[in-house]
Amino acid sequence: MPELDAVLEVTGLRKDFGSLVAVDDVSFRVARGRSLAIVGESGSGKTTIARMIVGLERPTAGTIAACGQDRSRPARSARDRRRRGAEVQIVFQDPYTSLDPRQTAEQAVDEVLRLRHGWPTDRRRARIAELMGLVGLDSRQTRALPRALSGGQRQRVAIARALAAEPRVLILDESVAALDVSIQAQVLNLLADIRDETAVSYVLISHDLAVVRQLTDDAIVMHRGRVVERGPTAQVLDDPQDPYTRQLRESVPRPGWKPSRRRSAPVP
Amino acid sequence: MSAAIGVSAARARLSRRGSAAGLLRSTGPAGIASAAVIVAATVLAAFGPLLAPYNPDLPDLGLAWIGPTGGHLLGFDFEGRDVLSRLLAGAQSSMAGPLAVVIGAMALGTVIAVVAAWRQGVTDTVISAGLDILFAFPGILLAVLAAAVFGAGLTAAATALSIAYMPYVARVLRGAALRERGQPYVAALEVQGASGTSICLRHIVPNMLPLIVAQATIMFGWAMVDLAAISFLGLGVQPPAPNWGVMISENEPGILQGYPLPALAAGLCIVGVVIAFNVLGERLFERAQGGLR
Amino acid sequence: MTGAEPLLAVENLTVLLPVEGLRRAVLRDVSLEIRPGEAVGLVGESGSGKSMTARAIDRLLPRGAEVSGRITFAGADVNELAGARLRAYRNQVAMIFQDPRAHVNPVRRVGDFLTEVLRTNLDVPAADARRRAVDMLAQVGIEDGQRRLRQYPHELSGGMLQRVMIAAALLTQPALLLADEPTTALDVTTQAEVMAILDDLRRDYGLAMLFITHDLELAAAICDRTIVMYAGQVVEVRASELLHGDPLHPYTAALAAARPDIARQTTRLQAIAGRPLSAFEAPAGQCAFAPRCPHAQPGCVAAAPELTAVDGGLSRCARVTQLRGHLEASHA
Repeated sequence: MPELDAVLEVTGLRKDFGSLVAVDDVSFRVARGRSLAIVGESGSGKTTIARMIVGLERPTAGTIAACGQDRSRPARSARDRRRRGAEVQIVFQDPYTSLDPRQTAEQAVDEVLRLRHGWPTDRRRARIAELMGLVGLDSRQTRALPRALSGGQRQRVAIARALAAEPRVLILDESVAALDVSIQAQVLNLLADIRDETAVSYVLISHDLAVVRQLTDDAIVMHRGRVVERGPTAQVLDDPQDPYTRQLRESVPRPGWKPSRRRSAPVP
Repeated sequence: MSAAIGVSAARARLSRRGSAAGLLRSTGPAGIASAAVIVAATVLAAFGPLLAPYNPDLPDLGLAWIGPTGGHLLGFDFEGRDVLSRLLAGAQSSMAGPLAVVIGAMALGTVIAVVAAWRQGVTDTVISAGLDILFAFPGILLAVLAAAVFGAGLTAAATALSIAYMPYVARVLRGAALRERGQPYVAALEVQGASGTSICLRHIVPNMLPLIVAQATIMFGWAMVDLAAISFLGLGVQPPAPNWGVMISENEPGILQGYPLPALAAGLCIVGVVIAFNVLGERLFERAQGGLR
Repeated sequence: MTGAEPLLAVENLTVLLPVEGLRRAVLRDVSLEIRPGEAVGLVGESGSGKSMTARAIDRLLPRGAEVSGRITFAGADVNELAGARLRAYRNQVAMIFQDPRAHVNPVRRVGDFLTEVLRTNLDVPAADARRRAVDMLAQVGIEDGQRRLRQYPHELSGGMLQRVMIAAALLTQPALLLADEPTTALDVTTQAEVMAILDDLRRDYGLAMLFITHDLELAAAICDRTIVMYAGQVVEVRASELLHGDPLHPYTAALAAARPDIARQTTRLQAIAGRPLSAFEAPAGQCAFAPRCPHAQPGCVAAAPELTAVDGGLSRCARVTQLRGHLEASHA
């Protein structure tokens, strides 16, 4: 498959923290127009992978390429960093610390626009209105400080800020995990709408298999730093092959589910 | 996971960027009283010489040590000068000195703290080690050294104290800066391609302001005490310039001879202002910490 | 295992808290009961009041809280208890929390923490207390109890520490266990394990349990009955097995329908418009859920609906009889 078809390509990625191998020989690609889930629990390495892709951590080994451009090493210049920002953006989990408490939603997005473009004020303002409309925030909310916004609204601001860079790939690092169920549904619908409108590819980092099913086409399952299973999301969830994936699937509460204790000793 | 989010939600609710008036009210009656004292002292510092009823500098030995009489509410000092006038005139250097120290120490300390917190790694280790070395020098010792090298005077003393206080500021602010640096919104800005400098200046430092203000307030009190001591030792403001610390030193012989008022009056001025800064500073500090936790 | 007399009865509990200087209702007229040995789930989103209810039961409300209504445990009024009787009550009613690390002293060993209550409140000799602690750790699946007793909390993972908390809660042989989102912060595989432990031990010891969660299916897994709360009120009480197929309140149905389905992808989730409200944010004098309810009618905003008995359950929907059968919560 020609490389241009992949908006994100990761090969042999490895990250060591001292003697701890957090990410061990991980490879995957995200084809244009498709979304990928990285499924795992704590300690699986999924968040470390996300941080390496956006440049917040430096890989010990392996390569990362977004939109055909290599980003395995830290960006050298501010221009490089900005260019990479237009390729991959990220939305974090905690709505309460994802925004500067002293900035209104409008200011947060405006800062990003000023960083990228030398646009005059009215053009920026128009674009801000566009983005806020895209994420479903009204003018009161746009001018509000984070403390006047709910968790779901703050995540919308974080999404608008990420989209201001017009990325090809948006990494959602457990971005709906901290939201109430009813709000989570709204934001998941919103993410689907955004994808329809902007053709962005999502990389969803999550432990929640139902959310993974709803939002992604393909999935890889991580356990202790290694990929243990991969494939189309439906297949991975309906017919898991790896014992860990099976265990994960079995642990999800559903109507009629009864938890049972494992025979083996618990993992500390 | 969710517990941490609950905590940060509580933090978000607690950190209120209200008005300065609201902030003051929240420090309680003690805080408000302290602020009033500080404002009074500042006014005196600005207009002291104009408000003085008599000439603070003209000696008249025939009037030395005379107690409160007529229009001289606090009597005369050891050289026959009106004590009240001298206190009013002395407010200027007594307040300006600590102000210079605070500005110097806070500016230097903030920059160093933020640089250490932003770059982390080797830079942080080296800076922290440097700060540890500076901690070994008490302010007064450095001031004495400065006086020996550059001659006595307020400038040398204030500079020495700035350098001596800077590590305290840097230590406290580094912790806060590290916390801000670890926040997801900073990471989001990095991913957007914002430069370290712009993130530090526009986001990290502003979010540390409550702590910076609290630290500066407390530090003013320390600086005033240290500068008064330095002036008392004869290494700071030189007599016959009016200055509260100098006044204590000049009039100290009077205490044992039965004329304690001039020295005590100057001492009380210092004590009053220092307590006010301490009380207000600690209240502000509590609020800053509460918002951070 | 259900006796005629409820073990815990909450009647018309209303709690006001000082929020940003104003007195605000966080619980409004909450009534529920738990029978001996019964497991009851308490489900709700933010602002529902589920955690606040548990805190009220355990007398852990924040300072400045105004409480009206009655909470009775084994016949005694909980809010009237003091001193020795209050301590005895706390031995009878144990609570475990969402974040175990916030509730344990990090500078003391696990063994000290586990044996403390036994030694101080119940005058059990130290060696005896340690033996019982080790036994209890085995019951929660921690085999090398002797070694664990000497460890510090930071040496244990979240799941391990939560098991230790469960062990600590059960050591005083309580009659009622309040579990406030005990598995929310855990990985899903660890959650399954801890849920299984809770379920097994509860049955073994004949414990009653109030299990608080935001996850409907999780509550249904180990609780016989489920109570659903919204905006500081109870809106539905139902046998867990009937909750999905035959819910008695539009909110319950909407909550279940809003969850994505692990078995299939849909073009659009059935999201509920608006956001979950606290008691003080909800409009008074009407159904609190009406502004967001797809089945709302003019009558729903005219008067505040009461909790009425329906087919063995309770519902606070004025239109429940008309809507039954049209509220199916399970995915089609």
